[in-house]
Amino acid sequence: MFIKEGIIAAPGIAIARALIYEKADVKVSADHYEDSDAEIKKFKQALDKSQSQLEEIRLKTVSELGKEEAAIFEAHEMILQDPEFVESVRAEIADNKVGAAYAVQIVTDRLVILFEQMNDPYFSARAADVKDVGNRVRNNILGIVRADLSKLKEDVIIIADDLAPSDTALMDKRKVRGFATNIGSRTSHTAIMARSLEIPAVLGLSDIDQKVNTGEMIILDGLNGRVTVNPDRYQIKEAEEDQRKYQAHLKELERIKDLEAITLDGHQVELVGNIGEPADIQGVLKNGGTGIGLYRTEFLYMNSDTMPGEDKQMAAYRSVLEAFPDGPVIIRTMDIGGDKKLPYLPLDDELNPFLGLRAIRLCFKEIKLLKTQLRAILRASVYGNAYIMFPMISNVDEVRQAKKILAACMAELDALQIAYRKDVKVGVMIEIPSAAITADIIAKEVDFFSIGTNDLCQYTIAVDRMNQAVSYLYDPFNPAILRLVKQVIQASENQPGLFTGMCGEMAGDPLATLLLLGLGLHEFSMSALSIPQVKKIIRNVRYQDAKKIAAEALTLETGVAVMAHVLESMKKLKIEI
Amino acid sequence: MQIQEVTVLNETGIHARPASLFVKAAGKFKSDVFVIKADKEINAKSIVGVMAGGITQGTTVKIKAEGEDEVKAVAELVQMIKDRFDE
Repeated sequence: MFIKEGIIAAPGIAIARALIYEKADVKVSADHYEDSDAEIKKFKQALDKSQSQLEEIRLKTVSELGKEEAAIFEAHEMILQDPEFVESVRAEIADNKVGAAYAVQIVTDRLVILFEQMNDPYFSARAADVKDVGNRVRNNILGIVRADLSKLKEDVIIIADDLAPSDTALMDKRKVRGFATNIGSRTSHTAIMARSLEIPAVLGLSDIDQKVNTGEMIILDGLNGRVTVNPDRYQIKEAEEDQRKYQAHLKELERIKDLEAITLDGHQVELVGNIGEPADIQGVLKNGGTGIGLYRTEFLYMNSDTMPGEDKQMAAYRSVLEAFPDGPVIIRTMDIGGDKKLPYLPLDDELNPFLGLRAIRLCFKEIKLLKTQLRAILRASVYGNAYIMFPMISNVDEVRQAKKILAACMAELDALQIAYRKDVKVGVMIEIPSAAITADIIAKEVDFFSIGTNDLCQYTIAVDRMNQAVSYLYDPFNPAILRLVKQVIQASENQPGLFTGMCGEMAGDPLATLLLLGLGLHEFSMSALSIPQVKKIIRNVRYQDAKKIAAEALTLETGVAVMAHVLESMKKLKIEI
Repeated sequence: MQIQEVTVLNETGIHARPASLFVKAAGKFKSDVFVIKADKEINAKSIVGVMAGGITQGTTVKIKAEGEDEVKAVAELVQMIKDRFDE
């Protein structure tokens, strides 16, 4: 028995026998082949065989998953027929007198490097496609036959170096219980596919394909990122118990997914999601989020080689807005600077980047950039309920200046007779202590506040939480933070129509839920996976009790005391997390 | 032989989705079709070649075709670029 730890890619627990699908490193010899014509013939035959395999995969994918999912295999067929690819391999065989498999291997490697170097997520993905196609042709030349995942006799956990879409498209999903691979991350194909099929997966296990044999028993724990090979009987029993618990947990989440976030005595709040890209919407919807409380638009800029234009931005915002016809979508204007740099926007190195030119400060210097973004948001606003949020506001003057620029953008659209929602809501992120302290002044200028607790803690306590020497000071339960949160919420309560939300990590921390609820927070924005847990707590408490707990917490002297008070209160109320 | 100059106007250039649309369109013609960028001839029927060509927004290229349907090929591909791939 032994245990290996890897990256958690898809949750769940699987107990089944291992099936080695593919080992890393197929060795191809660089031997001299005099008969080039024979090698070229082998290559052509492998191309034909690969072509018919891909066609089969594509047709099956079309019928099972639809045309869109199958488009990737059309792209693979295009690579297979690509004149550059075919000609390069032919030339390699004829000119250097190497074997067909070796020629395919080096041409593939060359193209993969070419695509990877383009430093663009789209092309990195194409590099994987080229590699997949190249490996297929090579395997067909060498006569390597992999396990047929479409004809599995018993339940298996698939072990591989890595898995490509063409490997998994045909697999029998009822028989595949889990995936364990050497390489891969949370965003690689295997991870995304495993999550969408709800099959547990642990990736990044470095050499699992060398350590396991087909037929050996495995416990794959996708909740803790652990693979147990050849477990004993007690470990299997334990895993079966964990499996049951996890199923019960999923059932409970499913049950409350579409229920409102409402307390026992009828006080309703809004639970929404934080996202970085339109693709993250699915997770929010699946976990019952009713809108978006923080759309971090900087990823649009960071995942691009050039400044994203108005049309491209507008399309991204529109897709998010359309996903939530009833709920709010709070779009935060770009927060670049600090630790986030762009290749196409040179910025001077700063001694104190977090106290320097970032977010709205940078936008005031690069007004054109901000205006492009604001016009894109305004144009998208007709497709839903857009809220514009300005980050890193430190005083009311900055709010007024930002609103002036927004008004100028509206005038430009008016002149061009382009439609937008004139009632689009405008708010600010409260993450700098000076803004929190003057929230009553800023309140007169905005429609909402959203408290960013991560930076608010960092700036209020003067602590860099990445610095291990001082990170112990970082504590959202610090009385100073609680007082600031209280002050901001109070300022919004005194101004009719204004609401306060929170989009820092504290909003999704189940230990903070009672406090924030009791302080009167209206909107909780968090990563999608935290939503059900927080909702469960809110649905199991009376607002009157939460208020008392929060009021009591405000009288305590230290963060530790606040935490102890919360834990005790939860125990008393029989709230489990 | 047909040849015509055109400037790439769409945001992403002949990259990503536009590259695949472009190569598919070029593949329909019997003629040999090329994109010429700064004297470098790229086979317009090669997805690998076109994507690796680095044809970004603002690049001026020539579309060249040789064969029985060369006139139609150049006209259609130039129009595609002018229409910004409907981006």
